[in-house]
Amino acid sequence: MNCSVTGKTPIIIGWRIHFVLLISRQGKVRLTKWYSPYSQKERTKVIRELSGMILSRGPKLCNFIEWRGLKVVYKRYASLYFCMCVDTEDNELETLEIIHHYVEILDRYFGNVCELDLIFNFHKAYYILDEVLIAGELQESSKKSVARVIAAQDTLIDNAKEQANSLSNMIAQATK
Amino acid sequence: MSSQGGWGSSKEFLDLVKSIGEAKSKAEEERIVAAEIEMLKRRIVEPDVPRKKMKEYIIRLVYVEMLGHDASFGYIQAVKMTHDDNLLLKRSGYLAVTLFLNEDHDLIILIVNTIQKDLKSDNYLVCCAALTAVCKLLNEETIPAVLPQVVELLAHPKELVRKKAVMALHRFHQRSPSSVSHLIPKFRQILCDKDPSVMSAALCALFDLVTADANAYRNLTTSFVSILKQVVEHRLSKLFDYHRTPAPFIQIKILKILALLGAGEKHTSENMYSVLAEVLKRSDAASNIGNAILYECICTITTIHASPRLLEVAAEITSRFLKSENHNYKYMGIDALGRVIKINPDFAEQHQLAVIDCLEDPDDTLKRKTLDLLYKMTKSSNVEVIVEHMISYMRTLNDAHNKTELASRVIELAERFAPSNQWFIQTMNQVFELAGDLVPPKVAHDLMRLLAEGAGEDDEEADSLLRSSAVESYLHVLGEPKLPSVLLQVICWVLGEYGTADGTHSADDIIGRLCDVAESHPGDITVKGYSITAITKICAFEISAGRQVDLIPECRTFIEDLLASHSTDLQQRAYELQAILALSPETVANILPMDASCEDIEVDRNLSFLNEFVESAAANGARSYMPENERSGMSTVVTGTHEQLESSAHALRFEAYEVPKPAAPPPIAAAPAALPFPDFEEQKPESSRSLRKQLAADREPDADSLNPEIVRLRLDGVQKKWGRYSQPQSSSTSTSSLDRRGDHGSDQVTQVGGGHREAVAASSIESGPVSELRQIERKKPQPEISTEKQRLAASLFGGPTASGRFSGSGGAKVSSRPGTVVQPAEKVLPPRPSSGGSKEKASDAGISKQIAAPSIPAPVDLLDMSDDNVPRVMTTAPGNDPFKQLEGLLEPVTTSSALPVPPQTASMDLMSLYDGNPAPSATGPVTTVPDLVSIAAPSSSSGASQSSTNGFPSLMDLGDLSASPFVELTGSVQGQASSKPMSQLKKGPSRQDSLQKDAASRHVGVTPTGTNPALFQDLFG
Repeated sequence: MNCSVTGKTPIIIGWRIHFVLLISRQGKVRLTKWYSPYSQKERTKVIRELSGMILSRGPKLCNFIEWRGLKVVYKRYASLYFCMCVDTEDNELETLEIIHHYVEILDRYFGNVCELDLIFNFHKAYYILDEVLIAGELQESSKKSVARVIAAQDTLIDNAKEQANSLSNMIAQATK
Repeated sequence: MSSQGGWGSSKEFLDLVKSIGEAKSKAEEERIVAAEIEMLKRRIVEPDVPRKKMKEYIIRLVYVEMLGHDASFGYIQAVKMTHDDNLLLKRSGYLAVTLFLNEDHDLIILIVNTIQKDLKSDNYLVCCAALTAVCKLLNEETIPAVLPQVVELLAHPKELVRKKAVMALHRFHQRSPSSVSHLIPKFRQILCDKDPSVMSAALCALFDLVTADANAYRNLTTSFVSILKQVVEHRLSKLFDYHRTPAPFIQIKILKILALLGAGEKHTSENMYSVLAEVLKRSDAASNIGNAILYECICTITTIHASPRLLEVAAEITSRFLKSENHNYKYMGIDALGRVIKINPDFAEQHQLAVIDCLEDPDDTLKRKTLDLLYKMTKSSNVEVIVEHMISYMRTLNDAHNKTELASRVIELAERFAPSNQWFIQTMNQVFELAGDLVPPKVAHDLMRLLAEGAGEDDEEADSLLRSSAVESYLHVLGEPKLPSVLLQVICWVLGEYGTADGTHSADDIIGRLCDVAESHPGDITVKGYSITAITKICAFEISAGRQVDLIPECRTFIEDLLASHSTDLQQRAYELQAILALSPETVANILPMDASCEDIEVDRNLSFLNEFVESAAANGARSYMPENERSGMSTVVTGTHEQLESSAHALRFEAYEVPKPAAPPPIAAAPAALPFPDFEEQKPESSRSLRKQLAADREPDADSLNPEIVRLRLDGVQKKWGRYSQPQSSSTSTSSLDRRGDHGSDQVTQVGGGHREAVAASSIESGPVSELRQIERKKPQPEISTEKQRLAASLFGGPTASGRFSGSGGAKVSSRPGTVVQPAEKVLPPRPSSGGSKEKASDAGISKQIAAPSIPAPVDLLDMSDDNVPRVMTTAPGNDPFKQLEGLLEPVTTSSALPVPPQTASMDLMSLYDGNPAPSATGPVTTVPDLVSIAAPSSSSGASQSSTNGFPSLMDLGDLSASPFVELTGSVQGQASSKPMSQLKKGPSRQDSLQKDAASRHVGVTPTGTNPALFQDLFG
């Protein structure tokens, strides 16, 4: 929920979602986003601990784990596990839907997203995540508008590329 | 736009990712990353790195850090990149910075300026990038720098920017409420924003504000209700639909806020009833998100002022959750049940079977949640069953966090609801056994107190029965191989106190067991202490009962070990035992009466019982007592704690190493044998008290001579041993070595000024425990050398006595140094007779003899053995120590004791959790409802088949499944006809792309599922 409630954990202040993890079935990290401050050492420990717990769970069990006074909601999509750590008071089903929402947007963006897309374009996954979750809260329930923003940014980048290309062409021509 | 965009961006990076993907082991991965870091370190500092190249390096840094390595060397480059004018680069910079830095990082200050500028940018994308960074990076100090710009952006034409600005303010409020307190009215205004996404951002902020103070926002209730109504009635744009549910995240947020507003407020709650009913009615119980909303409704309904009708619906939904086959719903159902029964406890009856199923489920999360629920519904009638389950679950746990929590719950329940004391004791034993040292010591004390005080009624027989059963159970428990320290302490205490009370066990028997306990835990001083004290008590009980005590050999060895222990505490206890053995039955009965652990001890702090003695001494011409601080030259004497003294000794040892050279040159060094000991002797100048008395009388009116060994004695000992310096000592020094007389004045100066050189000498030769012994020695010197002494020395100094001398000589050197500095004449100091060393030896030797000496009057003797840093006064002297353990017990009684619970024996059947009949567990409608995710259908559309030929069936080809909720999601039109073009259009990658992907994936070795790495694959089941 927020600050007043999370007091029991050392990792405090106001983030509703403490972190987002993407782990492959082999336990490899594909994306990490930390909203609460964790040191690099803690991060490694958290990842190791959680991937151990999550990967060993059977398919029919709940998608929730109570962990260190927080709750980790995870969902497996093909070979990737999407995990979000939230406060115990949060609505787990909702968190599950947030994950799904994110995955749907990824899917729409990459077009039939697969793990490889995320491996090689992890920075794009980050950009999209930043549009879905702001300050550790779910932001936009309209997939279209997220897609629009990302598209706008991409166009901008493409434009920049084109400009750069045309510029270098011009330079090339000029120096001929 | 397609995924391929990233592939070609850099060969190098691609290779890196690929090689990491192919890494066979963690070690190999580490090697690759380490090499990458080295490379990056070199590259990024090269001059004139092209900016585009730099961007790539930064993305690689992000990658490296994501894999858990430190990329801090590159942070500054990321910061620089945010300054770039090119949005593309700027955005990468911001991305990296938000991932790398947290709000208190030093580099943040370098970004603030850029953020300020970017917030004013005309390009809304720049604004957005900056706002995203603002949410993550600013702290209390930097917030004011950007606040005005952020507030301006609240009026930005783009809703995306407005939304992010609201979130930034929300974040500011979380981080530093005072910084935005003047903006709080703004949040109310934003609630009226025409764009739902901005409004929803305001809800986040308002949720926090309402949490902090619901009263201030109660007048917004109607607004929230009307917003929720509009959302539920589907009046928002279809854009905000999620799986055909209108803006579910907004609904959930408002439901949460309503719960806060309506809690305990009848009128406010009544305003919500109709909209809540509407939400319940409209939510789609077949979808996950619909159930999320329903669950949230249950939370709200059970929090606000209850409406019977709504509660009924909530109960119904809860039943459906519980009956579901889906574990997630079961979990939510258990949680919801916990909420509902808070208001209507009878509701649990219908669901007993479902709860039991969950309790026995192999799913750990579900089981734990169920235990939570049971914990909440514990009553005295079902406590036994519930605790039994908790304990058996505790057996399966192995992480400390959960164990501690569960143990504390069991303890709480046991204390609150225990049906009988016997049960309580057994439960506690199990908790101790399982959770061991995770249990707070207070619990152990409570348990001991319960045993000591009995049931609270004056039913001695029941109490002794209870104790006997405790003794029996503990003797049994002792058979277990590994027991935690806390439990052992309790066992020792109980055996000592009640082991022989009912006569079934002989003293030797119990003592033997106690010795075993101590022996099997050689490292645990506390347990040893408990055990020796328990032995003492048993011996005392035997003696006072008039029986002869012949300690078994095992016990003798144990006591001897303790007499030479490193721990003063253990030594003291052992000596007390020895002393008690020598006392008459009457005295012993006085010291350690049977079953008196609950009696109060009156401490006579004024030592009034000594008045007579003092008076007679005064009548015989002794001087009256003078408080310590009035005595001249005593001001520097502090009866400090060991730590203080030791630390000062440590500090001073620096000097000890510096000095030897200046000390060595003097001509007197010709007498080498004498040198090592001068100060040693000075500091233990005499072992005879009379000499000291006399000297003290010479120098000043010293109360010591008067106040015989009761209070002062200990201080004396401390001064001698530990004290930096004391007046009587220096004077005695001067007398014992007359040659020094001449220097005395200057010596005095040195000592008073430096004040602590003796402490150096003293503490460098002694470790803690000696002091007590020495102090006894001083009182009754017995110049014999015994093997006992040597052993003592060995255990104290870690070697033969020679080592004591060794450090003693070190001390001597130290003490000569201040003399050198202050007064060169000191160097002429003649060699001290070496007899000091032997005297010291002799006096040491006396210690044990003297203590064993039976003729000593008990109170005095025992008093002397007490801690030297606590000026403790006592009346029933030897009883002191055992009572110390009971300190906890003497405190005001808390709830744990004297449980007035009737000794009800609840049936051990789990059914007893409920009073009613088991309801047949039927599979409700929910079970048949397909999970969204499990929607699977043979996809025959061309799009799907096309990709499946490549081994990549795509979920998003579901367009042809008209029944699927995805139809709408994917924005495709229903019907077979349109599905093909739709999926083609939407699926960016063509067949060729898929082929490429496939090839690449094989390359990289990331095809974990074998054929299909597509994320949505599992949706096909």
